[in-house]
Amino acid sequence: MTAATKGTPLDTAAIRAQFPILAREVHGHPLVYLDNAATTQKPQAVIDALTGYYSTMNANIHRGLHTLAEEATAAYEHVRKQVAEFIGASSHREVVFTRNTTESLNLLAYTLGARLKPGDEIVLTAAEHHSNLVPWQLVTQRTGAVLRFIELNDDQQIDVDTARAAINANTRIVSIVHMSNVLGSIAPVAEIAEMARAVGATMIVDAAQSAPHIPVDVGELGADYLAFSAHKMLGPTGVGVLWGRQELLADLDPFLGGGEMISVVTREESSWAALPHKFEAGTPNIADVIAFGAALDFLNEIGMDAIAAHDAELTEYAVDRLSRLEGLDIYGPADPAERSAVIAFNYRDIHSHDVATILDRSGVAIRAGHHCAQPLMRTLGVPATARASFYLYNERSEIDALVDGLLEAGERFGFER
Amino acid sequence: MTSNRESQNPIDLDDLYRDVILDHYRSPRNRGARDDATISAEGFNPSCGDEIQLSVAILDGTVNGLGFGGSGCSISQSSASMMTEAMTGRSLESAREMSKHVQQMLTDDTFDLDAVDLGDLEALSGVAKFPVRIKCGLLAWKVLDQALANASGESVSDDSDIPTRVTSG
Ligand SMILES: Cc1ncc(COP(=O)(O)O)c(C=O)c1O
Repeated sequence: MTAATKGTPLDTAAIRAQFPILAREVHGHPLVYLDNAATTQKPQAVIDALTGYYSTMNANIHRGLHTLAEEATAAYEHVRKQVAEFIGASSHREVVFTRNTTESLNLLAYTLGARLKPGDEIVLTAAEHHSNLVPWQLVTQRTGAVLRFIELNDDQQIDVDTARAAINANTRIVSIVHMSNVLGSIAPVAEIAEMARAVGATMIVDAAQSAPHIPVDVGELGADYLAFSAHKMLGPTGVGVLWGRQELLADLDPFLGGGEMISVVTREESSWAALPHKFEAGTPNIADVIAFGAALDFLNEIGMDAIAAHDAELTEYAVDRLSRLEGLDIYGPADPAERSAVIAFNYRDIHSHDVATILDRSGVAIRAGHHCAQPLMRTLGVPATARASFYLYNERSEIDALVDGLLEAGERFGFER
Repeated sequence: MTSNRESQNPIDLDDLYRDVILDHYRSPRNRGARDDATISAEGFNPSCGDEIQLSVAILDGTVNGLGFGGSGCSISQSSASMMTEAMTGRSLESAREMSKHVQQMLTDDTFDLDAVDLGDLEALSGVAKFPVRIKCGLLAWKVLDQALANASGESVSDDSDIPTRVTSG
C-alpha cells in the first residue's frame, strides 16, 4: 500500500483499489458510498483473513489441545493485543470482545447499574445514540437512579460548561458519546472525565464513531471504560470492544455466565476466570475477531493521524460545497475544525427519505432518518435528517456527486438549479 | 451490476415521483383535524419516524370526511392526502375494501391495475418497485384500517412494524 506519509492527504486511488465493493455499480452509476457512520466497507485483506481462518485454522479456542486450536487461540489473542495497542491500553487483559458497541454498553449498564441506589445520577448527553441511552433507562427502572443530560451549547456542541451544569455530587456514572454520529462534533472527553473523577463517578466513553476516525488513547481521555465496534472501522460485523481499566473490570461481576468465563464450577457455585475471559462467556466470534486484526493492520499502516487529516479535509470541502446550496441546513458545529467525517443536513423542504431515494438512483448511498438518536432530533427540532459520512477511501469527486444528486432532487421537487 | 429484475424492467424515479404525488405533497388536501370527527387514530413508522394522525367523521355507516396531520416524506404524506379524498362519501364496507386493494397495490409490483378502479390512487403503484419505501406508502392506510375497524366494533391485529392506535372515539 502506498499511503502518503502521516499528516498528508492519502493516496485514495491506491486505497480504493483494495476495496472490491468500490468497483461495483448501483443503478448504472459507480457506487459513491457515503454511509460510513452506519458501517464501513471492508478491504480485501479483511475478507481474506475471514476466509483464510475458515480454510486453514478453524477450531474452537482456549480449550482444544490440538494444533488448530492452538493456532486459532494464538491468532484470536493476538488481536486482543493489537486492540490494546491501538487504544493505548496498559494491558491486553483490559480488552473484552463483545458483539458490538451496544453490547459493550449494555454490559456496563447491567453490571455497574446493579450498584446504583435511588437518587444516584447517571449523566449522558443530549446527543446519545440509543445504544448509550436505552440501557441506562433500563437501569433507572430497576434501581430508581435518575438520568441527567449534558445539553448542547448554542453551537450544537457538548462543552465543558454544559457538562459542569449536569455533573454533581450525586453523579455516579458519566457515559458520553465521544464523536456524535449526527453532529460529527467531538466532545471534550478529557475535561469531562476530570469532572467525573472529582465527584467519584465512573467515566464511560462511547467511541463507536471516534475510534474509526481520530486517534483514541484511553489514557489521554482519562476514561474508565470505552466501547466501539469493529464494523465501523473496516472490520467485520459481529465484533465489539469493551475496554476497561484492569482494577475496575476485576471488581465487576460477570455479565453473562457459561463456558469459558469460569475457573472452578461446582453444583452450587463457580469462580470466575481471569480477565478478560470473565466477560467472554461461550464460544466467541473467533473468525471475525481475527479478521478485525487485519483491519487494524490496515488502519495502522496508513496511520490514524493521516486518516484524521484526510477526514477533516473532506469534511471541510463538503461543508463548503453543501453550505453554498440554497436551502441547505447543516446541523452541528459551524466550524469544520470542530467536527469530523459526519454531516447531517436537510435540503429545501424535501424529506430526507426522498433525498436518499433520489441520490441512490445515481449511485450515492447516504443515510436518512433519525440515526438512532430520536431525542437529539427533538432537540434539533427536526423529524429526520439526511446524513453523509466519509472514510479513508472517499474522494472530493464523490462529494461533487452528492451535490449534483441534491440539485437533481431539488429539480424533481420543483426548485430551479 | 444490477439485479436481474431491474435489467428486465428498469425502475425509474418517475415511477415513484408521479406528478399527482408531488402535487399532493406540496398542496395537501384535508390537512388538519375535523371538528365533526367521530373517531381519531394515529400511527408511526418507527424505522423512519414518519407519522400520521387521522380524524374520521362517520355517520350512519358512511365516511363523511377525513382530516389528516403528521409529518414525513412525500410518499407517506401524499398517500394520506390522496386517501382523504378517495375515502370521502364511501360506505364503511367500500372504504375497507378499497384500503385492502390499495395496500395490495403498494406491496405487490405485479398488481393488476385494470382489475379494480383506484382512480388517482393508482399514482401510488410505483411505490411497490421501491421496497424500502413501501412502509411510507402503507402508513396512512394502516391508520385508516385501525379507525374503520374500531368504527365497526372490531379490533385490528397489532402490526408492530407500523404501530397504530385509536386516540379517541
Ligand atoms: C455513536 C454511536 N454509538 C453507538 C453505536 C452503536 O453501534 P453498534 O450498532 O455497532 O452497536 C453507533 C452506531 O451506529 C454510533 O454511531
